[in-house]
Amino acid sequence: MIESLVIRDVALQRGERLLFRGLSARVSRGEAVALTGANGAGKTSLLRAVAGFIRPAAGDIAFEGPQGPLPADDARRGGCHMVGHQDGLKTGRTARDELMFQVSWLGGTADAALEASRILGLTRLLDLEVRKLSAGQRRRLALARVVAAPRDLWLLDEPMAPLDSAHRALFGELMAEHLARGGLILAAVHDPLPVPSRGVEIAGEGRP
Amino acid sequence: MSAFSTLFRRELALAWGRGGGPLLAIGFYAGAVTLLPLSANIDPAHLAAVSVGLSWVCLALASLLSLERLFERDFEDGGLDLLALGPLPLEVTCLVKALAQWLTAGAPLAVAAPVAAIALGAPAAVAPLLFAAAALGGLAFSCLGGTGAALALASRRGGLLIAVIVLPLLVPPVIFGGAAVDAFVAGLPWAPGFAFLAAYAAGALALTPFAMAGACRNAQS
Repeated sequence: MIESLVIRDVALQRGERLLFRGLSARVSRGEAVALTGANGAGKTSLLRAVAGFIRPAAGDIAFEGPQGPLPADDARRGGCHMVGHQDGLKTGRTARDELMFQVSWLGGTADAALEASRILGLTRLLDLEVRKLSAGQRRRLALARVVAAPRDLWLLDEPMAPLDSAHRALFGELMAEHLARGGLILAAVHDPLPVPSRGVEIAGEGRP
Repeated sequence: MSAFSTLFRRELALAWGRGGGPLLAIGFYAGAVTLLPLSANIDPAHLAAVSVGLSWVCLALASLLSLERLFERDFEDGGLDLLALGPLPLEVTCLVKALAQWLTAGAPLAVAAPVAAIALGAPAAVAPLLFAAAALGGLAFSCLGGTGAALALASRRGGLLIAVIVLPLLVPPVIFGGAAVDAFVAGLPWAPGFAFLAAYAAGALALTPFAMAGACRNAQS
């Protein structure tokens, strides 16, 4: 159970380039934080650092549970969802195969997967190959795993970008439900999130 | 355990479709062992003498075929991120991938190896030992090949890099396995060579998951 995500004085570097430094933020239960910043400022990199894929050049990223600090590996492996530009969906397999694998891998049940696909309007698409889905449909398929496998912290990288307005509203409701259950959301966005959120701006360091 | 079997089933399904899967490996293997004696004009007695060695070399080369896609596709489409956030440590995840690769490429090749060797003139009694040795060798090939595939992530011409990294590592199992089976054919003690092969495969199985996971993490960051 992740109570809060604490980002302390973090600096991120990609190759030789320093993206930003001195970034601190805190996401607590029931709270959504919207990361904003120019293209290339490091929003996606920060999300990947929280997910444990990139090691910060300075500072630390910690997860806290009800009884104090959580081991970062456990928190990530059992408590984090990440949805980004790359959704991990295999184009040659059917939407059903991919959804069932992803949900079960992340700790959800088959029933929850079917329910999530119903909510997101994917039921009639499940037998299609992923390559036949549109960008918005693929994103909904990726979001279905987030809805179906209960995990505390949602790391979302421009989750709304390919969605149409009806599905943006729908996903807003799903985010609100997640927050109401005590979930945490950290999202990189350009447009405001459809749920009440606190903004954190990443100020780019030394543009080339 | 359920996460383990979930992942294993997915990897089997992906391996089946990856670059033709087992059929491509078998097809390549059959092609190589039939074309070689046709291209080199040697009489059956000489051919029988090299039949075991020939079947081993082709085995090693055939097992390289589908390696390039083992991690690459997951790396490119974000699947590796998804796998890293799953319940199993990345080391175990990598091991599962290598085992699935073994089951879909190594095991069919292990079945084909005795057939090929006997067709080239090896005595039929060699079949059980050659099958066992090829299966063990295939396990080493899959683990080492997976390491090469993970190291080649995010590099251009990864396929070439895999061959350069992996081929030298495949030399010991080819030597041990070929020697064990040749010794059996000659009526000499074959157990030592086989034991070395088994030890090499066990070592690869124990150590390469760490190398694979390290290389994957490096590619992700």
